[in-house]
Amino acid sequence: MMRELHERLKCLFPLGELTEQRRGPPNELAFVSLPGAYLRPALLHLRDLEGFTHLVLLTAVDWLEEGQFQLTYLLSNRTQARDIGLRVFLPRDGATMASIHDLWPTAATYQRELREMFGIDFPDSPGVNDDFILEGWIDMPPYRRDFDTKRFAAENFSQRPGRTTTDPEQHMKAKLYPGEN
Amino acid sequence: MKEELLKRTVKGPDGVEFEVEPLRDYYCEAAPTVMPGAYIKIVEDLFNWARAESLWILGFGTGCGAIEMRPLMTPRFDAYRYGIQWRPTPRQANLLVISGYLSVKTLKRAIRAYEQMQNPKYVVGLGSCTINGGMYWDSYNTIKRLDQYLPVDLYITGCMPRPEALLAGFDDLKNLIRAGQAEGANQYAENFDWYKANQKQVIHDWDMPDYNW
Repeated sequence: MMRELHERLKCLFPLGELTEQRRGPPNELAFVSLPGAYLRPALLHLRDLEGFTHLVLLTAVDWLEEGQFQLTYLLSNRTQARDIGLRVFLPRDGATMASIHDLWPTAATYQRELREMFGIDFPDSPGVNDDFILEGWIDMPPYRRDFDTKRFAAENFSQRPGRTTTDPEQHMKAKLYPGEN
Repeated sequence: MKEELLKRTVKGPDGVEFEVEPLRDYYCEAAPTVMPGAYIKIVEDLFNWARAESLWILGFGTGCGAIEMRPLMTPRFDAYRYGIQWRPTPRQANLLVISGYLSVKTLKRAIRAYEQMQNPKYVVGLGSCTINGGMYWDSYNTIKRLDQYLPVDLYITGCMPRPEALLAGFDDLKNLIRAGQAEGANQYAENFDWYKANQKQVIHDWDMPDYNW
């Protein structure tokens, strides 16, 4: 089923390989990547012609080593009980993506969260620059992988002295093989 | 600063224009003062006995520990039989239970809630998160030591403490109050500048008066 859909879509959009995470039917789940410029027509096509009427989530992955952000638009076809995730890759520097709040109003909330936590801009999305969870944030967006949460916590919050941590590997080694250290 | 907190000119329903400065007009900016004890010890002891038997908790859950308050206020553990009750507003409460991790955003609300409570008032820190950060010790968004920001009278350890532990903790708090040792509100007034400096160190968008009640 998903393969057929992929074949049909491939005639219209420059899609990448289909990654089938869960075969069906029912409850199929597959992912496919495509260039950002084709996202909007692909979403419209899936929503209006293929029955993927529900935007389940919009989330991001930080591929720090590749210098890219991956946006995943997960759509659901409720009647056929199958989900498809569209992946779009953006350059990490000055990441900007076209807003889809006019296709699904709920996308505005996701986009606002991504703006705050990853620093991905969605121009014209309603309230995208408002505070979402953080208030008065002063550092780089905290979900970026180069954000060092441990260092930030040590610098910004006073810690109670006396707290110790044990490396689990070393602790178990000393406990199980006391003679070998 | 939020727009609604800025000084502005407002036109009243009768057509008269007047200036509103929310931070000064809607709040009292006077710092808290130390509440002296009664003139004689036996009277103060009587007051403390009465205070210990009248704990009114503000129904304000900050973290996952708040889930332990529900069985406490319902028949299973029934804290009401010990004279401990929950109230919906800070004005009617005298015990603030910080129930678990406290994010910086919630800290702002907790400070406002605490300052709006009337003396005598007490703070109980519930769970390891309030003591040393607990499992959120390296989190970018939660405070690690509650006693840097609010005067804590008692900590209840655990991740998270069971309702029985809370009942035992409330019993300890009663003993502290009876012994006249639960003086958190006075400590807050005495070291007000220190507490404010600590609070402002983590709350970067301070948009309220220094003392709001």
